Amino acid sequence: MEVRVSNVRKEFATFPALHDVSLDIKSGELIALLGPSGSGKTTLLRLIAGLEEPTRGQIYFGDQDASHRSIQERNVGFVFQHYALFRHMTVADNIGFGLKVRPGATRPSKADIRRRATELLNLVQLPGLENRYPAQLSGGQRQRVALARAMAIEPKVLLLDEPFGALDAQVRRELRRWLREIHEATGHTTVFVTHDQEEALELADRVVVMSQGRIEQVGTADDVYDHPTSPFVYGFIGDSSTLPVKVENGQVWVSDRPIGLPITSGEPDGPATLYFRPHEVDLLDDCGGCIAGTVVASRRVAGTRRVELEIGGGRERVEIELPIEHAATQKSRIAFRPRRWKVFPTA
Amino acid sequence: MAEQVTSSNPGRYATGSAATAERLITRIILMGVAFAFLAIFLVMPLVIVFTEAFSRGLAPFLENIADPDTLSAIRLTLIVAAISVPLNLVFGVAAAWAIAKFEFKGKAFLITLIDLPFSVSPVISGLVYVLLFGSTSLLGPWLKMHGIVILFAVPGIVLATVFVTFPFVARELIPLMQEQGTGDEEAALSLGANGWQTFWFVTLPNIKWGLLYGVLLCNARAMGEFGAVSVVSGHIRGVTNTMPLHVEILYNEYNAVGAFAVASLLAGLALVTLVLKTLLEMRYGAEIAATRGH
Repeated sequence: MEVRVSNVRKEFATFPALHDVSLDIKSGELIALLGPSGSGKTTLLRLIAGLEEPTRGQIYFGDQDASHRSIQERNVGFVFQHYALFRHMTVADNIGFGLKVRPGATRPSKADIRRRATELLNLVQLPGLENRYPAQLSGGQRQRVALARAMAIEPKVLLLDEPFGALDAQVRRELRRWLREIHEATGHTTVFVTHDQEEALELADRVVVMSQGRIEQVGTADDVYDHPTSPFVYGFIGDSSTLPVKVENGQVWVSDRPIGLPITSGEPDGPATLYFRPHEVDLLDDCGGCIAGTVVASRRVAGTRRVELEIGGGRERVEIELPIEHAATQKSRIAFRPRRWKVFPTA
Repeated sequence: MAEQVTSSNPGRYATGSAATAERLITRIILMGVAFAFLAIFLVMPLVIVFTEAFSRGLAPFLENIADPDTLSAIRLTLIVAAISVPLNLVFGVAAAWAIAKFEFKGKAFLITLIDLPFSVSPVISGLVYVLLFGSTSLLGPWLKMHGIVILFAVPGIVLATVFVTFPFVARELIPLMQEQGTGDEEAALSLGANGWQTFWFVTLPNIKWGLLYGVLLCNARAMGEFGAVSVVSGHIRGVTNTMPLHVEILYNEYNAVGAFAVASLLAGLALVTLVLKTLLEMRYGAEIAATRGH
């Protein structure tokens, strides 16, 4: 099922949680809504589910306007961060709940519901746990049951709100792979919310980066990592270093010297900020157009060395990555040029 | 190393033993005070109620219970409880639901209103109805014209009882429902359940122990209420006397055995309530622990 969010605005009291958001989700896609807390990602998910109503704008399921349909009519599978399993029901009853509450004519028989629950438990790799209660399960198992329950109603869209947020790191990684497999096996259109960029980049076909109630960028993991279109995305996804610069005569300047980075995509002249990844730099021996600085701090990070450089008389600092064997010590002078970079005009 | 051991060990020993001794003494004093207080103010009166009731043996006790006026008082008390408890059950669930699951203007005001019967003297609660429905009130002549009798009759007693007992269920449920939040309800709705199914299959099972507990307290108070009922009842023997009122009348007539016999029934009810409440608390405690683990 295709889902189209069209110019949606959502206000709580008078506080706008989403400003004019539009998003096309293709059928069968696995999409991540990624952003810091307060970015509106959960609100967007709840709007798609029908747990909230948009203040303005439409949400289409296929070519039908679903904006004012109730959550029951939308037939979505929703998985909550804290599972929201019914604690007084067994695992099988939890999974069968959505079938049990169907109106008489479309309700499967008890035996069928039971069979479906068993099938789904096998799908989520928890065979034999039908008669357990949620309190008897681990966090990871509960989230699997919650997903099985959501899939039992054969939803058009699967929506997951920080599905792994309450789990520890190792279980998270394991469930991530598992969710990808389930998605490939069932082909549900799936949207999940996360604040964990690693999770989003690894799992999703496309990542929707959000900030302050707006969509900053939509793209594949490679798109958002390699070609961020806004300072926020550059700063939020992956490590980045920034340096205040000036754009003039088709060149990037750091305190009155061009640093060998020609402007190619038409950024306007004026003050700007240079963004680059600390590990995407070329070290240079002599500085005829480069960034040069003095090492003020150095720390070992896994297989590399991170050094902090003081640029232009100590007013600015940037961080770059060096090979372990590099002989940089305190006060040594290092010259480099970013291999991949972007300048954004200073607002 | 050795120095460290000698310097740290005695210190730990001294503070540890001192702390324990202090705690033990405090504990004994506190427990002693609590038990003595309970013995003097609760257990002794209770024992006296029962010994007085049976002071002349079982036959006079039964005779007094079988008295038509006493039977009528028991019947009226049961009727009043049977009407006011279900009313407050429905009201309590509705109010707790509204307060715990929705945001709306005037919520704080509603919570204050629910607490009102706790903060107002029961006599005032009764008097309000006299002022409202009495023959000198604004509504009085109109009621008289239409032949509606509220005061000094069953409807007045029920109204006063409902007023006095309405916080019990709501007060019990509000914190429980607030703690549970709306996640389970949202999950049920997303799975296609309608509002009624959500309430019946999800909300009600989640609150059932708290609800039962609230109903029990509400019932105990409904049967035992004296002040408010006294004002609106009119004390007509065999007609508008509830059990607590009947106890007073019998006592004022120097019928000690009769008074204590009826009182022992009320006390027995209180004991049953206490036992049920304790059992529920044991059950309810396990449930809360399960909720926390959830």
